[in-house]
Amino acid sequence: MNFAVLQFPASNCDQDAVHALRLLGHAARLVWHKDASLGDADAVIVPGGFSYGDYLRCGAIARFSPVMQAVKQFADHGGLVLGICNGFQVLTEAGLLPGALIRNRDLQFHCEYIHLRTATANSPFTNKIPAGKILRLPIAHGDGCYFADEETLGKMQANHQILWQYCDASGNLTESANPNGALLNIAGICNEQRNVAGLMPHPERACERILGSDDGKWIFESLFAALKQKPVAAVA
Amino acid sequence: MKATIIITPKKAVLDPQGKTVQNALAHMGYTGVTGVHIGKYIEIDLVPGTDPAAAAKALNEAAHKLLSNPVIEDYRLEIE
Repeated sequence: MNFAVLQFPASNCDQDAVHALRLLGHAARLVWHKDASLGDADAVIVPGGFSYGDYLRCGAIARFSPVMQAVKQFADHGGLVLGICNGFQVLTEAGLLPGALIRNRDLQFHCEYIHLRTATANSPFTNKIPAGKILRLPIAHGDGCYFADEETLGKMQANHQILWQYCDASGNLTESANPNGALLNIAGICNEQRNVAGLMPHPERACERILGSDDGKWIFESLFAALKQKPVAAVA
Repeated sequence: MKATIIITPKKAVLDPQGKTVQNALAHMGYTGVTGVHIGKYIEIDLVPGTDPAAAAKALNEAAHKLLSNPVIEDYRLEIE
């Protein structure tokens, strides 16, 4: 498979994403934010970092870059797009995902391992995660508190768009396992069409045991499996 | 000619900065404060003589698209 990993000024997990994808046996290349085309891509990763210095709001400026117009078109045609951390923020700002990410409730930047429960295997981002498996992944963010109004949250629950929730090591959705105050312990979601997803934790930093966890690979393996089944989307 | 845009968090949205400052004010002995909401203040310089109605239309659009995020923020536009 061929992955396009976006690169904005101040992206800092772009190389990690390329490394993880290549490690797992797939082709990945960086696409500069000023490029108006994604080129030949089966899926897109919007990586973590502090695009455009997080000026105004996290992801607010990146959303208007030429490459994001191509991503929007790619997503509209059913292409798979995964936003990680700042990439998640960019996708909500772009309106490709519902809701918004706001300042952590304790105003602290959180850099630590958390546990995640996968709410549904029914998505291209979760289909290979073993049932009941609690993922241990790192987070590193100051603005990861997921917010959406009640009506939006209701719709997301009805459509099973919540993919991952913060939990304790045994899988319980507790308040103390929630690092940032996110509503319903939400760590990651997908859109209604299920081809665009975003999450605050960093699976790309957890694909090798030597790094402390290789649970992140389950998310990428899900993507690979989904791409294998599905005809490649029209390239924007 | 100048436009100002004042952006505040929506009431339903958690505002930990506002809450923390409110608590600090209470600790300092400033009583009677029932809420603090922290937002952004944006000053925009306009070409002198710009039609205020046209400027308001353009800036409302910009505020909606870029300057504020309607999911979590409200804004107020003033042109003088």
